[in-house]
Amino acid sequence: MKGGSKGLEYLSVREVSGPLLVVEGVRGVAYGEVVEIVTPSGERRRGQVLDARENLAVVQVYEGTGGIDTSRTRVRFTGETIKFGVGMDLVGRIFNGRGEPIDGGPKPIPEDEWDVHGAPLNPSSREYPSEFIQTGISAIDGMNTLVRGQKLPIFSGSGLPHNELAAQVARQAKVLGEEEKFAAVFCGMGITHEDASFFIRDFERTGALERAVVFLNLASDPAIERILTPRLGLTTAEYLAFVQGMHVLVILLDMTNYAEALRELSAARSEVPGRRGYPGYMYTDLATIYERAGRVKGKKGSVTQMPILTMPGDDITHPVPDLSGYITEGQLVMERELHRKGIYPPINVLPSLSRLMKDGIGRGKTREDHSDVSNQLYAAYAEGRDLRALVAVVGEEALTERDKKYLEFADAFERRFVNQGRDEDRSIDRTLDLGWELLGMLPEDELTRVDPKFISKYLHRKAG
Amino acid sequence: MGRIVRITGPVVLADGMKGSEMYELVRVGEEGLMGEIIGLQGERATIQVYEETSGVRPGEKVERTGRPLSAELGPGLVGTIYDGVQRPLTEISKRVGEMVKRGIYVPALDRERKWEFEPRVKKGAEVVEGDVVGVVRETELVEHRILVPPGVGGKVVEVSEGKHTVEETVVRVEGPRGKEEIRLMQTWPVRRPRPYKEKLDPREPLLIGQRIADTFFPIAKGGTGAIPGGFGTGKTVFLHQVAKWADADLVVYVGCGERGNEMCDVLVHFPELKDPRTGRPLMERTVLIANTSNMPVAAREASVYTGITLGEYFRDMGYDVALMADSTSRWAEAMREISGRLEEMPGEEGFPAYLASRLAEFYERAGWVKTLGSDERYGSLTVLGAVSPPGGDLSEPVSTNTLRIVKVFWALDTALAYRRHFPAINWLTSYSLYVDGVEGWWKKSGEDWKGLRTEAMALLQREAELEEIVKLIGADALPEPERAVLESARMVRENLLQQFAFDEVDSYCPPEKQLGMLKLMLRFYRRCMEAARDGISVAEVRKLPVREELARMKKLPLEEFRKAEKELERRIDEQFEGLRRGKG
Repeated sequence: MKGGSKGLEYLSVREVSGPLLVVEGVRGVAYGEVVEIVTPSGERRRGQVLDARENLAVVQVYEGTGGIDTSRTRVRFTGETIKFGVGMDLVGRIFNGRGEPIDGGPKPIPEDEWDVHGAPLNPSSREYPSEFIQTGISAIDGMNTLVRGQKLPIFSGSGLPHNELAAQVARQAKVLGEEEKFAAVFCGMGITHEDASFFIRDFERTGALERAVVFLNLASDPAIERILTPRLGLTTAEYLAFVQGMHVLVILLDMTNYAEALRELSAARSEVPGRRGYPGYMYTDLATIYERAGRVKGKKGSVTQMPILTMPGDDITHPVPDLSGYITEGQLVMERELHRKGIYPPINVLPSLSRLMKDGIGRGKTREDHSDVSNQLYAAYAEGRDLRALVAVVGEEALTERDKKYLEFADAFERRFVNQGRDEDRSIDRTLDLGWELLGMLPEDELTRVDPKFISKYLHRKAG
Repeated sequence: MGRIVRITGPVVLADGMKGSEMYELVRVGEEGLMGEIIGLQGERATIQVYEETSGVRPGEKVERTGRPLSAELGPGLVGTIYDGVQRPLTEISKRVGEMVKRGIYVPALDRERKWEFEPRVKKGAEVVEGDVVGVVRETELVEHRILVPPGVGGKVVEVSEGKHTVEETVVRVEGPRGKEEIRLMQTWPVRRPRPYKEKLDPREPLLIGQRIADTFFPIAKGGTGAIPGGFGTGKTVFLHQVAKWADADLVVYVGCGERGNEMCDVLVHFPELKDPRTGRPLMERTVLIANTSNMPVAAREASVYTGITLGEYFRDMGYDVALMADSTSRWAEAMREISGRLEEMPGEEGFPAYLASRLAEFYERAGWVKTLGSDERYGSLTVLGAVSPPGGDLSEPVSTNTLRIVKVFWALDTALAYRRHFPAINWLTSYSLYVDGVEGWWKKSGEDWKGLRTEAMALLQREAELEEIVKLIGADALPEPERAVLESARMVRENLLQQFAFDEVDSYCPPEKQLGMLKLMLRFYRRCMEAARDGISVAEVRKLPVREELARMKKLPLEEFRKAEKELERRIDEQFEGLRRGKG
């Protein structure tokens, strides 16, 4: 029975609906196997079996079903799962969303063929991520520290500068005191030509393209292809990290477009929808992407993910950011209000979080006072923002002296700590010192979250 | 033997399955993937497969095993990490590398390892189901009691002391059903609750060293609790805290559809952490079940059953067991996914109509029980479930159905988490129905815990009411006594309710210290109110140095706190007295 269908070609497409083909009269088709489709005009497409029955197969076509008919289209079952040729040759190259080079260069020579779906990493083989990555951005390094092997998404909105931030992170990210092999993998899903060229220009300008692999599925490319694009990127990243020992940063833009493609596919299969029409298995599906970040015991490299998603209507409870937040190890949330105030990056640190921060900071990693300083900054900024809401109702006169100080603090925190230049690369020491400067604006007995010994060591040093 | 006719994702249909039973375990396809029958129509069976089904074809065989999905119970469970169908993950990684591959069979309990069996019965004795026939020292913390399996009993005809593997017979009995062998290992179908003699009302607190729980919303041994909250509110951190510090004999932690790195966190940190009562590594009393979000969805559905069966087994030995399921929402989603593939008629939000009954059945397996066996043995299984409501909205089906069942509700609050008030458990919306039940336990220490708790809760409630007014007119416009309430409540929130999970000392707060801290805060509150009535302004009170000392008492280890307690009491009284004199 094994490989029973291999090589056989069928002309029996019965139905084409959205991205799906129903092929009749087939025998021994395997669930998940790759299908080659030849349209009447001779164009070759790739698809995958979603439902295998005794004499019928449902195939999802990755490059769209345009031009496919029900009489002359030829379908061949390959007996293989979807594979992608990986190798060092990929580095420095630009591919479309299905893995074909679009930079005018030759086809890369693969060193190995890997299944793009990967396999789940055994939790007991994971190495716990704890190496601090300095991004040079205070709102991240100081308040929501990124570590190697983490998946930390940017929750953004349309019109906010998430592209600039992602490019800046890709440019500046480094591990202190080490000179190691570093690579970036960029996957664009359903993005505009402008977004794509922004990244490519930025990579070219800074020389980052030499150590980057770019996959681009543009808004005009078939939506269904978006299901494949991040998997190609992550397969490449895993190869570079765990075979070549490189530290790979993967940027996925925009996960909302990916989820929409998933919804489209689910609707075409007439599945029972979950929230807002997204399929009930979206959590599991997103997890098969996000969970492909991490470190492996005994291997040198790492895969760090920075997915970007735009929250429709800036709504953090929308299924895409919501399910993502449940899988990823924290989130950086961009806020329109800060953006309007001219703060860059407009990261609101309060709803932002880095779950792996606690093990990536402190003595020997960043600085002994890091945890206390960031806790105190959080609490003070939260209090300041609460008071702002109060001032809107009762006016500033009704505030106590103490409250006024918190109000000033919150403004200064945004203007001086969060705000920084698009090319400004702050060291972690600089970030923490800046934190102390701001804490100095508050009465000393309010600083209950910091150890007194740090107050005398860092606050008084600054004062003196 | 059956034959596959259709494959869609984790669901496989097979023909020729005459005679099979619901929930029977089957081997699917040429690779023999593990699956379970979840539907029967004539000779056609619907099977959920616990492994990835890519490459499986219609026409391949399906083999029946004749037994349901079962857990292996015996020495070797403690300290192990399993997947959802009890495959040992560390062993698998040794054999096939870092990726979980399919079609791999590794028994849950090591077949080679020998355990020292110490008999507790002699030849000629009569034993009944649930009796302890002997013990195995599994870890420093756990004495594994070998039980007569349910349904077995009679006269002991042979006892064999010494080193044995889990499959070897250690005791032979002769009973009404003939000769029966008792091995170190027994099996039990995971979907069936294990029997006990009698279920009793929980009345002892399960202390977890967290002030918001033990002092304010206690969970009882054998009770049920839920902790719902949006992402980033700290569900997992809180459940990890329970797993670390609960005064249970055994902890079963089920990571159901959650992050791989979180399980890795437990694996890295638990062996380093010490049990506060015994000083031994916490891993010596912990069993982990990890079915992370990217592992097959059907095995995720099974993982909570596997976990709770292990929990019941240890309960039957007479232990206090705590089980954490993180997260029950992922379990419910796994049910939804399978249900969708079966094209069942969906209930609310696409969840199957049987969601509520499955949740109820699961939590009902908790309890404080008199176990089987001729000796008077009591054991408890406490079940705590995390719930991850979409968008943090508690009106969704998993949250509402869970809250109808559980007795403790720790309500996580996104607004508190954003302010870094951790644990972000809202003290106004949370509740515990065990307050009256566990009161007797606290009375033993001679303190009026319930009275103190009520006083503190009333203060926090008063603060919430005043906050509404402050939002309209500002704090400055309030009269002094009201401002004193706000100041005292703020102290309670910051010094008592907030607890830093990653601080070496504050991570675990013993009950004695919790009570002491509560008393000090209430003393401050009372003095503060008296002062306000005497016309002393809150601004004056804020200058008292004792405020800062109270803020730092969290970080005092128990011994130091005991020493400082009286002194702090004196200083509160003295400094308020000073204010009054300064005024007079």
